[in-house]
Amino acid sequence: MTSTAVTTRAEAKPAQAGKKRVAPWRNPWRRPYVLSTITWLYILWTTVPVLIAVQFSFNDGRSRSTWQGFSTQWYCCVEGSVGEDPSLLLALKNSLFLGGATVLVATPLGVALAMGLTRWRSRTSKVANGIAMVPLVTPEIVLGSALYVVMVNLYQFVPLGRPAMLLGHVTFSVSYVLVIVRSRLLSIGGDYEEAARDLGASPIQAIRTILVPLLMPSIFASAMIVFATSLDDFVVSQFLFGDASNITVPIKLYNAVRAAPTPALNALATLLLAGSFLALILAYVGLRAHRRGSRSPLDDLADYG
Amino acid sequence: MGEQEDRHDRATRRLWPALALPGTFWLIALFLVPIYAVMAVAFSASINIFGEPVPAWNPLDWRYATFFDVVQASVTGPYQEVWIRTGVYCVVALVICVVVGFPVAYYTARLAGKRRGLILALILAPWWINYITRMLAWINLLQDDGYVNKTLGIFGIAPVDWLSGNSYTVVLALAYGYLPFFIIPLFASLDRIDQRLLEASRDLGSGSVRTFLRVTLPLSKMGLITALVITALPMAGDYYTNTLVSGSPKTNMIGNQIELFLLQGPLKHYGASLVLLLSLVLMFFMAYYLILTQRAGRDAQ
Repeated sequence: MTSTAVTTRAEAKPAQAGKKRVAPWRNPWRRPYVLSTITWLYILWTTVPVLIAVQFSFNDGRSRSTWQGFSTQWYCCVEGSVGEDPSLLLALKNSLFLGGATVLVATPLGVALAMGLTRWRSRTSKVANGIAMVPLVTPEIVLGSALYVVMVNLYQFVPLGRPAMLLGHVTFSVSYVLVIVRSRLLSIGGDYEEAARDLGASPIQAIRTILVPLLMPSIFASAMIVFATSLDDFVVSQFLFGDASNITVPIKLYNAVRAAPTPALNALATLLLAGSFLALILAYVGLRAHRRGSRSPLDDLADYG
Repeated sequence: MGEQEDRHDRATRRLWPALALPGTFWLIALFLVPIYAVMAVAFSASINIFGEPVPAWNPLDWRYATFFDVVQASVTGPYQEVWIRTGVYCVVALVICVVVGFPVAYYTARLAGKRRGLILALILAPWWINYITRMLAWINLLQDDGYVNKTLGIFGIAPVDWLSGNSYTVVLALAYGYLPFFIIPLFASLDRIDQRLLEASRDLGSGSVRTFLRVTLPLSKMGLITALVITALPMAGDYYTNTLVSGSPKTNMIGNQIELFLLQGPLKHYGASLVLLLSLVLMFFMAYYLILTQRAGRDAQ
């Protein structure tokens, strides 16, 4: 698509040069300076503050607004650094544990749901499909408060804290997995499984040997996206975390930001950032391994969002 | 042979529902039941010795006194101001999203050329940076002695106290926070427009502006609506942005009120009633969006 635009632009130029000069604002093929400026300013606006925050995690002093030289002290080994402050370390451990556990529960659940709902065509499956989409559009505060209310009043056997947070994170993650895996299921169609079945495979065999390998890139990508989303979640965690021993990184950042923070907080945020980006790069690599046609995996990621 | 196929069919017919069962059960137990629990608490008939509501699980026991109280307080009473503020903040922030986000999405989808991959990656990046981290970054910059005030100082402008109860800081923070979520769906829809349609419009004599208004805009209407809904829903329930960059009750949004009632103190039936009221207000947008996506999904098939 882009290449057609480029060739047309190249052809259009000599034709125009022959005629009288066109005023720049009337020339449809002029370079889009205004739009490109807005775009690059927007990119600077969104990324530079975060880069500065990352930079200050390496500050050789207590200030978060005056640069005092490079040091890794806030990651480890000065008092109050991530490595030395038990509460920061605990938050990091809790976040990673919760993210991992959410992936382990939500991915199989979501993949099975996607296969079931996509291939099973009936009225019930349509209803179930509708229900499964609702969490995606429910404001987090509604989901968070609903889960909090139900854990406190009805599911009292699930204590607030890690178990409740895990249930909450899986609930919003299942829908992500469903959307990602279903789009892949629809694009590969049902022919491969049918061929396997015709050649004598049992339904379970067809799923295990044909469908799951075909879905693998999207399963992997959705697992990584679930991990990153779980690491980043604030609202659901905040409603369900119970007491300070179950705090996650976003909650810690939220609580500490207004109470005399040190660059250790920036270091903690940087580690969280590194975690989600690592997951995302892995998802990208996974998607690229099975790219379809000329679409970039970035476009796929954009679609999933 | 026919018998075998029959057996195949029956096995498959049972297999797909069996696969869908655990996930469906999960969503019923941890999504639908919780929503019902909010209603049971909001319509609670009695309070226990701690002053907390006793949930009324049977719809026949529902009492609507608290809910009507909350509705009345929202329409004419003390919450009216909070609702109006929430609405105004969201509308202004959404306008900023459209003004900034549309050009960015349009440029990335249609004009970025060989830098497209890079720009797309940079636009996707903030999506994966934790929201609280992005706010933290701005709080660093907006401190009294932060870079923003230092920069203003160069031009001889007196330092501004950004972080204590400023409406414009909250609105800008909301716009900043939600812009990535606005741009991506819009990008996806602009990206799908067939370049040939735009060229046809130009070949038939329309200028850039007319082409944009008569072709691009109508074709991206769905994407724009999706982007607005996706952004507006979480923004309307946002409470953390406000706490982080303002922390003053002067800028409280309805989400702050809900968090206050539910997590701090015994008045959980008031919190639950506010959640229901907020959901009712947003339901319209949610339903609209779900119908749009279902229709788009059907067209795609």
